[in-house]
Amino acid sequence: MKKLLIAGTVALAAIAVAQDAKTITGAGASFPFPLYQEMFAQYNKTTGVQINYQSVGSGAGRTQIIAQTVDFGASDAFMNDELLKTAPGAIVHVPMAIGAVVPVYNVPGAPDKLKFTGDVLAQIYLGKITKWNDAKIVKLNMGVKLPDLAIQPVYRSDGSGTTAIFVDYLSKVSSDWAGTVSKGPQSTVKWPVGVGGPQSAGVAGLVKQTTGSIGYVETVYAKANKLEYGVVRNSTGKYVDGGNLKEVALASDSKSLPNDTRVSFTNSDIGYPISGFTWILVYKEQKYGKRTVEQAKSLVDLLKWMLADGQKINEQLAYGQIDGSALAKAKKIVSSITYGGKAL
Amino acid sequence: MKATIPQPRRGSGSRADARFQAVIVALASIVLVTALAYSVVLLLNGASAFGREGLGFVFGSNWDPANGHFQAFPFIAGTFFTAIGALVIAVPLALAASLFIAEYAPDWLANPVAYLIELLAAIPSVVYGLWGIFVLIPATLPFQKWLASSLGWSAPIGPGLFSAMLLLAVMIIPFIAAISRDVIKLVPNDQREAAFALGATKWEVIRYAVLPYARAGILGGVILGLGRAIGETLAVTMVIGNANRFPQNLLSPTATMSSIIASNFGEASSPEFVSSLIGIGFVLLVVALVVNFLARIVIARLTPQGTV
Repeated sequence: MKKLLIAGTVALAAIAVAQDAKTITGAGASFPFPLYQEMFAQYNKTTGVQINYQSVGSGAGRTQIIAQTVDFGASDAFMNDELLKTAPGAIVHVPMAIGAVVPVYNVPGAPDKLKFTGDVLAQIYLGKITKWNDAKIVKLNMGVKLPDLAIQPVYRSDGSGTTAIFVDYLSKVSSDWAGTVSKGPQSTVKWPVGVGGPQSAGVAGLVKQTTGSIGYVETVYAKANKLEYGVVRNSTGKYVDGGNLKEVALASDSKSLPNDTRVSFTNSDIGYPISGFTWILVYKEQKYGKRTVEQAKSLVDLLKWMLADGQKINEQLAYGQIDGSALAKAKKIVSSITYGGKAL
Repeated sequence: MKATIPQPRRGSGSRADARFQAVIVALASIVLVTALAYSVVLLLNGASAFGREGLGFVFGSNWDPANGHFQAFPFIAGTFFTAIGALVIAVPLALAASLFIAEYAPDWLANPVAYLIELLAAIPSVVYGLWGIFVLIPATLPFQKWLASSLGWSAPIGPGLFSAMLLLAVMIIPFIAAISRDVIKLVPNDQREAAFALGATKWEVIRYAVLPYARAGILGGVILGLGRAIGETLAVTMVIGNANRFPQNLLSPTATMSSIIASNFGEASSPEFVSSLIGIGFVLLVVALVVNFLARIVIARLTPQGTV
């Protein structure tokens, strides 16, 4: 028993030692995980700072930053006012990337880049459009021969930021959807029809295997799995390709972005309409618990780097860059972080 | 030399004895305390889910997190359907395999086959899940389509209740088969010889002399398999189709208690959602306890007198 106690004490001491300025811990969203992994590896190479990021999901990311068990949280959905009030201090949102969600499909004989509108996507996922040669789809795709084949909708079975962006868009473009399924960004909903695949890879796999299927994944998964994906009409009537990252980045510029960047910009009037930010969450006042000024400084340096050099990695990995007014606002948020009331 | 009755050594020996007992009691109570602690934590954190929905939490079918409805009956049913379905498929196969190994196969064949079956038990469930997605579902899809069209059901996609049952069956066969083989081998040879001496055929020996004797042990294996089937999470999540609704038919996608927790816990946003998932965890614990308890009663009833 005594030995056990000693071993436990040693282990705890080791953890305590690890909490220095050279180590930063974070937890949260899995959607930006590939991007963060690459960013943190490069940051480690140039600065020697080690970042441990646990890809445990946005919900857990929000819970852990509220509980102050990590230096930063990460989430695909912004914290609403109610949730922010439960935190022991003010939390700020720093957008780090823009994710685009594209409709992928497996229809024999159909070409890449079929045209979709939000309403058609909503009708498909409501179970109201059930065949690929439905007049509503044919009308958007004149000249394309679509087969008389049942549509098999595929969705994410796990709660996910990807689903939140997709259903938020559907609820904005379809009153049917908003009235019967969900309003706003929801990480999981009661799907009226279809089958769920675990994670993006699961959805991509099901679509690849199932003739007649349609699914939604982030652009990077559509490309990696060589799936055909559709272009989507935005609110000005233009068909936009979610694989074009410039269009994706443009979407965040669409309306007057609030200063705290907590906004959903799906169905925007410019750029690709099914996209959204993914954020890193940190406390505005870094002097809490046993945190030192060095730790706070180290965290802010990381955030600054991610918004500068780090952004170059975004497009390589098929994430939209934070740019324009969004970048200016993000930088302002980072510079507002303080330690003991003093700027860092 | 005087004849002495052996006695525990004096001195340090008895102290060591006391110490050993203390350690054993301490370690055993850790297990008890842990089990009790997690039941309490599950109940406390899940209590508000029961409070909000009342009995509807267990008997209602509307699971709609986006609109704040959390009724878990489809998942409770899903767990029962998949586990029972898996047993129905697995038990005859596992029993046949164990009889073959124990009674029919020559040693040179029995040993490798037994080894292979036990190896199946060591495969991680994620590998089973992948195998389910890439092999089992494509292989059974033509059958599923034929079944659906002949019964007038909607066209199956592949992942669903049936695929989950089938995959679970494959996963629990090794447990049931390995235990059944061991208990069949333990049946005393006198038992068989007596039956043969009475002029019984091999089938009759197995039917009347071997199986009744091994019945309790085989049931133990079945219960172990059932436990695994009820608790299995990852592989089931990968092939069940994950729909938050009661399955329309044998081939439709649905979900189980463990799969809904695994799928949604990470991103569950509202406190209501989290407490409902924890509440499902508590129901799962209760179901597992009840199943185990019933199993013990069944085994006690069926154990032949005079055997262990």
